[in-house]
Amino acid sequence: MNVLEIKNLDVTTPAGVKVVSGVSFSIAPGARLGLIGESGSGKSLTALAVIGLLSSQLKASGSVLLGDLNPQEILGAPERMLNTIRGKVASIIFQEPLTALDPLMKIGRQLAEPLRRHQAISGDALESAIIEALTEVRITNPARIAQSFPHQISGGERQRAAIAMALACQPSLLIADEPTTALDVTVQSEVLALLDSIVSERNMALLFISHDLAVVGQITDTVVVLKDGFVVESGSLQEIMANPKHPYTQDLVKNARVLDDALDIAKDGK
Amino acid sequence: MNQVKSRRSWSLIVGLVIISTITLVTLISLVWLPYPIDNTDGGRLSPPSWSHLLGTDKLGRDLVARLMVGARIALSVGFSAVLIAGIVGLTLGMAAGFAQRWLDESLSALLDILIAFPTLLLAMLIVAARGSSLTSAIFAIGLGMSAIIARLTRLLVKRVLAKDFITASRASGTSWPRIIVLHVLPNIWPTLIVSFALQFGLAGLAEASLSYLGLGAPPPNASWGSLLQEAQATVMTSPIAAIAPGLFLVALVIGVNLIADGLREIADPTLRRSR
Repeated sequence: MNVLEIKNLDVTTPAGVKVVSGVSFSIAPGARLGLIGESGSGKSLTALAVIGLLSSQLKASGSVLLGDLNPQEILGAPERMLNTIRGKVASIIFQEPLTALDPLMKIGRQLAEPLRRHQAISGDALESAIIEALTEVRITNPARIAQSFPHQISGGERQRAAIAMALACQPSLLIADEPTTALDVTVQSEVLALLDSIVSERNMALLFISHDLAVVGQITDTVVVLKDGFVVESGSLQEIMANPKHPYTQDLVKNARVLDDALDIAKDGK
Repeated sequence: MNQVKSRRSWSLIVGLVIISTITLVTLISLVWLPYPIDNTDGGRLSPPSWSHLLGTDKLGRDLVARLMVGARIALSVGFSAVLIAGIVGLTLGMAAGFAQRWLDESLSALLDILIAFPTLLLAMLIVAARGSSLTSAIFAIGLGMSAIIARLTRLLVKRVLAKDFITASRASGTSWPRIIVLHVLPNIWPTLIVSFALQFGLAGLAEASLSYLGLGAPPPNASWGSLLQEAQATVMTSPIAAIAPGLFLVALVIGVNLIADGLREIADPTLRRSR
């Protein structure tokens, strides 16, 4: 049984424009999938559709089945049912950690909300669960961060805190929507490594969304390439790198190669 | 940073001092006045003296007594009007902010009409229907304000709902009522509180202008606005009768705004950085 099974997903705007067309893919428990595409390719909308958070003005059709033990149809499901699934079955990390955290609430309190709801704890147990959650995402000074407002900590710390929030309800599927794009390059690789190890430790499934082939390549070996709302290519990363069929994928691969070569030249020159 | 913080809390303290003084005067006026409000024994337009600290008006009424009653009216108009605006405005604004498109659009159209409608005209209509009284003035001012508060609330709610942290919160399975309490209200509050304070001060001014036109509290009760109006004719001979209520009005508006500034500071931690 798959933890996520998308079949023929269409998303249409009020103006009648199809922004996602016939997208299908599935993720097995503990497996990882990279969703690659440029901005406007429909990859973020696909992510929102998975967790039932598409704007009510967008029309979605097809089928999104979520959950491995007891798969539930997400499209058209009532809010109350969705709230039982969100966080526990699937959870999401966003691109910009500054806006993904409430600016008026201390990190610890924001983290407390899903922890309290999921584990039904309070008081000291909750306090230590917060510290534990922040430690898991390798925040070096969890007590101080818990007492800080989002604007008082660094971008990397914010994204780690956001990851901790997404992990709080122990989801079986983690959706990461360009989680490193807004970060410095050095912080980027740290956060990627963190995601990589936590996903393995917890044996979670991962849907990793990015426009960057190189970043996706570091974390997963199966990819789906989206272009203008269509799946243009899918399969193992090696296959696609070796033999890209669609012109867009060929471009992606070529650009990744150019960068690689440039790095090689720089290395040899030293 | 500490310096900024202390300067900010100063504004809260000064504002509180001003408003508590006015409140104290109001409370005293309930149990004690230097002279009964309709006592005309003071002699017409007598200058300030020990028996009449600020002198008397053209009917011989003591100005201190009238100012004290005026404080009572100013505060009750401010509080009741803001209360009406708070209940009606917040409810309508939240409803429009959360509503589906059609409901939002019809509510917004209604609010636009109400805002375009001059408060003065609204007051005249209400006075025509119910007779001239303080309650009519309060209703008119409160309704006019509700529209302004509602439109601001709607805008703020829409802006907050578009933020990623709301999506993130929903994505972790938080229910709507919880999201409203945890995220929406705290985020719209810092802006709203300043608007409420501004409206509180404006309510005092609006009541003053309604009284000035004879649409406010009927005599012998005098609001600061009607005191100003009465003093107008004699401003050359006894300027204190115009200056005193004017100063009180200014103090009320400034005091409320200082408090609002201080409260906003407390409600929004991002303001505590350099500013």
